[in-house]
Amino acid sequence: MDSLTGPYKLVLGLEIHLHVKTKTKMFCGDDANIYNAEPNTHTCPVCLGLPGALPVPNFEAVKKTHLLGAALNCSLNKKSKFDRKHYFYPDLAKGYQISQYKEPLCGEGYLVLDSGQYAEVERIHLEEDTAKSFHEGNKTLIDFNKSGMPLIEIVTKPTFESIDDAVEFCKKIQDVIRYLGVGDGDMEKGQMRLEANISLRTKEMAEKDELPKYKVEIKNINSFKFMERAVKAEIKRQREILEKGAQPQQENRGFDEVKGVTVSQRDKEEAHDYRYFPEPDIPPMTFDEEYFVQILSQKTELPWERKARLIASGLSESTASVLSDGFNQKLYEKFEKLVESGEDAKKVGNLLVNKKEYAALSAAEIKTKLNEQVEVVSDENVLTEAVGRVLNANQDAVENYRKGKTNVLEFLVGQVMRETRGKADTNMVREMIKRNLT
Amino acid sequence: MKKLNELTLKEAITGLKTRTFTSTDLVSACFDQIELHNESINAYLTLTKESALKQASEADRMISEKGEKAFDEKPLLGVPYACKDNFNVEGVEMTAASNILKGYISPYESTVTSKIKKAGAILLGKTNMDAFAHGSSGETSDFGPTKNPWNLDKVPGGSSSGSAAAVASDMCVFAIGSETAGSIRGPAAWTGIVGLKPTYGRVSRYGVVAMASSTDSPGPLTKTVEDAAIVLEIIAGKDALDATSSPLDIEQYSAYAKVNDLKGLRIGKPASYFSLDLEPGVRDHAEKSLDVLKSLGAEIIEMDLLDPKYSIAVYTILQRSEVSSNLARFDGIRYGHDRDAFGTEARKRMMLGAYALSAGYYDAYYSKAQKVRTLIVDDFNEAFKEVDLIFGPTMPCVALDLGESERSSMFGEMMDVLAEPSSIAGLPGISINSGFSNKMPVGVQLIGPQFSEGQIIKAASALFNKFSLGERKSVL
Repeated sequence: MDSLTGPYKLVLGLEIHLHVKTKTKMFCGDDANIYNAEPNTHTCPVCLGLPGALPVPNFEAVKKTHLLGAALNCSLNKKSKFDRKHYFYPDLAKGYQISQYKEPLCGEGYLVLDSGQYAEVERIHLEEDTAKSFHEGNKTLIDFNKSGMPLIEIVTKPTFESIDDAVEFCKKIQDVIRYLGVGDGDMEKGQMRLEANISLRTKEMAEKDELPKYKVEIKNINSFKFMERAVKAEIKRQREILEKGAQPQQENRGFDEVKGVTVSQRDKEEAHDYRYFPEPDIPPMTFDEEYFVQILSQKTELPWERKARLIASGLSESTASVLSDGFNQKLYEKFEKLVESGEDAKKVGNLLVNKKEYAALSAAEIKTKLNEQVEVVSDENVLTEAVGRVLNANQDAVENYRKGKTNVLEFLVGQVMRETRGKADTNMVREMIKRNLT
Repeated sequence: MKKLNELTLKEAITGLKTRTFTSTDLVSACFDQIELHNESINAYLTLTKESALKQASEADRMISEKGEKAFDEKPLLGVPYACKDNFNVEGVEMTAASNILKGYISPYESTVTSKIKKAGAILLGKTNMDAFAHGSSGETSDFGPTKNPWNLDKVPGGSSSGSAAAVASDMCVFAIGSETAGSIRGPAAWTGIVGLKPTYGRVSRYGVVAMASSTDSPGPLTKTVEDAAIVLEIIAGKDALDATSSPLDIEQYSAYAKVNDLKGLRIGKPASYFSLDLEPGVRDHAEKSLDVLKSLGAEIIEMDLLDPKYSIAVYTILQRSEVSSNLARFDGIRYGHDRDAFGTEARKRMMLGAYALSAGYYDAYYSKAQKVRTLIVDDFNEAFKEVDLIFGPTMPCVALDLGESERSSMFGEMMDVLAEPSSIAGLPGISINSGFSNKMPVGVQLIGPQFSEGQIIKAASALFNKFSLGERKSVL
């Protein structure tokens, strides 16, 4: 890291946008499962922004935002409201986005990184997504399926000192939302999008907790790898400017993947006045104590809590990591079922994580398999009998073996396996046959 | 004897129930009147004659099949009505009287028109209005001004100009309008009819082109107070599609229209409303109306409210701000017309609103206006501890000459001075005709606390019935 930033220290803040997993869109009754749908098939007067249509907030999305806020130790605001954020863009149907400005659903919070450092959250608010533009030749097509999708925005403080920490934070958010059922966070589907605010400061400034006078926002980051490359390129650019004694300009930049450099997006949304004002179509919201108690009671075990528990129960760090990953929740459910049924956690964990053939089976199938193994191994008498029967019935093979055609051994082992319906421990059988024939 | 198109809603329902005439007769009579007078009055922008006649014959079939029972489910069955052109009616052009929406066919139905349709009423057409409801004269329509049926050289008032003129000239049985501050009551007063502006949230705004979202209230324009109550019963109520609609139960408002005794009712006479520069004829009629209310048993209480000038300031800021936001969707990409199609009034309002919401000005204007709005709401709340209803003239003068509004950019605010305080506070109000001054109708209004529609209908109806204005007919 030092070699990258040179004499400077990185100051990085994140804005993370997440699609909320709800039945319907944020402010209308359209089916929110828009992924893989034909363009403009999930639309209505509300999300098309037609004159006269009105937004009605989706309480499921509000609740899930609170749930995420609780998981990130955020203050949950008793009073909250929606605001209109105005800007002109073809994919913004109403000329404004319904978002939250001064009174977000969740206030300050934090998440503890593996290093023990606190990643500080500034706020979490709820808003609606815009439509999607496609540029084809000199034509622009707009798909309004995404318009009005419920969108959570997590804004962090300029809390990260390394790219790794920022990536870790994003991955943890991805896990958390999957745990809580808040969202799927699939970056390829646009369900999770990142923006990074980057600046560099001197060590002296860092000691005095002083922030640089500028920040550069990198927009439209759609993968962790992309983020790493973009941030690195931007650090390099800023460092070069600073080393010349100048100060980088405050602006939005995009990352050119081909050239590996960030490019100014001066054409778009520069020095915007969004003319925020309270959304008059939606009454302000107030939440009572009872509701928040209910939200907090729904807070399940979080990924890092699960990982720590698994390690404490004897699993290796890597196995625990895999089992607590937000994308492996089905696998963990199997693990949990098997452990509950009395199986050894360490053994089951290794089996599920390291043996692909087991991971594909259901918990019940794995259980049967484990039991079968136990039965055969423990009963040597059964095996002795089976081996005896097979040798008697295959005198030719026995003779061939004795003549030195040792490759018939595997044939005999196979016969025993057939006899025992595949339950026998092959190694034991092999040894017993050898012993019998010598 | 009255011609069919001259009937009140109540009379029309009775006649249809008793099969004195058919819905087809009634609808045709309205179209005959439209044919005769719409060209000079310019009340309707779009006519839905073909579908109206089809629905009328369908209504006639239902009535002949089920008799009076047909009205249990559809209380307005076969009754023709007119609707302001800022309501979406599926499959019908909706322009909000603006060039930028010219040719726009609504792909969906507003809650109000959907409820009216379900109740069996038949749409005759969409009525003219100030473009996007920006005006109090009817003159800012991009499709020419509506004329006042009492004198074609006068404006009918706005913004529900066409709906008011259509009712006043019997080109329909009743009409639907919308009020942000005076847009129902004002034209009702100037055309001599009844205009009811319900409590904000009593009637769903879904499908009504938004002017100022925090004050828009759809409501009826009718020939009698009872008619207004009947329509309100149909259109009021919680709507899952409008988050600002109230979950409070609706009442049987028409029952209130049958009470003629106002004993025990305390009616306030605010000094600040009567100290305005009122036209003498308007002042006389207002004072006489108070005497009538007194004779009906009401107690008249001298009281005061905040000077309405504060409401004008607050309303101007809030309304312009919301307008600038609500019209942002007409960005020239969709709806088929470039932004050049916006009229002067819309441009003025968008610019003022965008300015008031700009960074650095928000606190000085919008935020401050909201604080004053709260003070106005509190002021009314205090007042309603002492009185049940508040009485005043509806407009400071009778209808003005055509062209008058263009001389002042604050024309609307000056004319709506008596409606704006109650609009800002979201209160219900009703305007009825109290007589004539210089041969033009004079409106008086009753304002009540939120959701007191029953009470204002009671008082207004008792007063209305006392006036026995005889031939209400305009000069047509």
